[in-house]
Amino acid sequence: MFKRLTSSIQSIGHGFIEYTWQFGFACRFFILILLKSAVSLRRFGLVMRELYFVGVMSLIIILVSGLFVGMVLGLQGYETLQKFGSETAVGTLVALSLVRELGPVVAALLFASRAGSAITAEIGLMKATEQLAAMGMMAVDPIARIVAPRFWAGVISMPFLAAMFSVMGVFGGYLVTVVYIGVDAGSFWSQMQSNVDFHYDIVNGFIKSCFFGVAVATIAVFQGYDAAPTAEGVSRATTRTVVTSALVILGLDFILTAFMFRGVS
Amino acid sequence: MQRSTMDLWVGLFVILGIGALLILSLKVGNLSTYSRGDSYQLVGNFENIGGLKVRAPVKSSGVVVGRVTDIQFSLESYDAVVTLNVDNRYIFPKDTFASILTAGLLGEQYIGLDAGGDDAMLESGDKIMQTNSAVVLEEMIGRFLFDKAADDDDL
Amino acid sequence: MSSDALIEINNLNFSYGARPILKGINMSMHRGKVIAIMGGSGSGKTTLLRLISGAVKPSAGYVKFDNQVIHELKRDELFKLRRKMGMQFQFGALFTDLSVFDNVAFQIREHTDLPEPMIRDLVLMKLHAVGLRGAHELMPGELSGGMARRVALARSIALDPALIMYDEPFTGLDPISLSVIGSLIRRLTNALGMTSIIVTHDVQESLKIVDYVYFVADGVIAAEGTPQEVRESVKPFVHQFVHGKEDGPVHFHYPANAYQTDLNLEGKLV
Repeated sequence: MFKRLTSSIQSIGHGFIEYTWQFGFACRFFILILLKSAVSLRRFGLVMRELYFVGVMSLIIILVSGLFVGMVLGLQGYETLQKFGSETAVGTLVALSLVRELGPVVAALLFASRAGSAITAEIGLMKATEQLAAMGMMAVDPIARIVAPRFWAGVISMPFLAAMFSVMGVFGGYLVTVVYIGVDAGSFWSQMQSNVDFHYDIVNGFIKSCFFGVAVATIAVFQGYDAAPTAEGVSRATTRTVVTSALVILGLDFILTAFMFRGVS
Repeated sequence: MQRSTMDLWVGLFVILGIGALLILSLKVGNLSTYSRGDSYQLVGNFENIGGLKVRAPVKSSGVVVGRVTDIQFSLESYDAVVTLNVDNRYIFPKDTFASILTAGLLGEQYIGLDAGGDDAMLESGDKIMQTNSAVVLEEMIGRFLFDKAADDDDL
Repeated sequence: MSSDALIEINNLNFSYGARPILKGINMSMHRGKVIAIMGGSGSGKTTLLRLISGAVKPSAGYVKFDNQVIHELKRDELFKLRRKMGMQFQFGALFTDLSVFDNVAFQIREHTDLPEPMIRDLVLMKLHAVGLRGAHELMPGELSGGMARRVALARSIALDPALIMYDEPFTGLDPISLSVIGSLIRRLTNALGMTSIIVTHDVQESLKIVDYVYFVADGVIAAEGTPQEVRESVKPFVHQFVHGKEDGPVHFHYPANAYQTDLNLEGKLV
């Protein structure tokens, strides 16, 4: 009995130490990437290539999901708001939920599972097949040549994707409430515009998505670079990317929200 | 994948992204109604601000002319000091009347400005002398019941 | 030891933590030669390559490349030195996202500012040397194992290195590809005047092409000599290795307690 208690406490301690190590390594890796980014910024073609795989390839899932999320928000919002006779506020509801929270957060979650996992798998496989070692032997630093461009592509595309997600969502909400249900288009837009503030809502949402971009990109490249160089190691690293990204995005979202919208409403 | 097609797609992606940001700012948000010019500050003391919040609109004849930027409690006069930013395009006479109003029965609260007839105009940092507090529903109901009771007594 | 040796290894020791991997290795390798390092699995051959390339540091002794002590170099100097080295990994390690052409051009593009037409000529020359000029538009996924290794070979000679190290170049190849790779290694070494180090346990194929053989066992050099000497050697270890005998100095059984003790039979049967 006593032994089982100690062993479970031990496993907690072990896990804690393990995660702290990982976190420290990830931070160090992040700084290393920043230091070695000169090459990828000078040869922007490298980042362009990754932008294609990271950004353009995520377009479909982001746009379609955004549309559906907006449509659902429109339906649910209308259901609730019409009880209070304020169904014209549905535009505000859809836009504020998307711009402040759902746009950055859901887009980041989707981005982590679409692009983040792909980055991890790619770098992990390059490690497993000794491509990274081969590159090091050719006197080319794999962090500068492979990791940094993917990192920057992730950082750059995240805010764009989040903005597209929000726009598609607002469009979806418009489709459902104005076109399908028949809420007045004029009040839909004007209510939205008078209540969505450029600085408080849109700029803050944009800042959020930038943070998420840095977080997801760092996690993805770190897990790939840190993966055990076997097929099993790569698949585990891919899973870890998605899980860790999701947790970090949600935790970070809480912290950022607390800082940004405290005392405003 | 040809290099040029990839560049084309990335270019499209960036244009779409920037376009989305622009739509958010202009169509969804209120950047388009943001004043290009600067604004000036006015201060008003209110006995009771009700549910007024920072960022609430300041309207005159229903047109948004500015926003509430700060709400403080004054220890000198024991009332609320509300700072308004009013667009430079709109200037108001000295004897303008500021009241806290509610949009609809349950809507948000805003500050309404009723222009007076003075020749002198309010300038930045000036204080609005005539203010009207927010209508608090409970007080109103209480007064109504009190009046009703008084009426009943008369009979 | 003569100082014109490209690589000089003197009393090299290396250990992972408390476990010694290499215990006092001495070697010298000359230009224009193909040298084989043989030994059973886990005998420290790959570690030796990592020490030569400067990926790990020895716990004692040194490796000299071109009269420079590898582990004393700074990172930049090491990277500069590595441009004179090529390394061939077990399965080629081609960059899967680049075409055959771009793989071979990779180092030239990274390290030089040559104009694109010149790069094209250079790459096609290197690919021609391994007989794959016609395949330059293919992706690595479309190549067979033997072809992938020939491309990797072309990639490692892209900048005309002084040394190429091959980590198990013969593993998993069919007999034809195997002899193609073998003769390519020999031909390129002669033509470019470089040094080749082959880490392998394919005895028969490598004895055909090498100039000198080192046998590594238990972290020391168990035997060395020219292929001729090795074939005729009567040393039990070399004999066992070259002829692939099951038992000999390298035992079939992992060290264990007496069989009877492990089965708890002691005293019962006797």
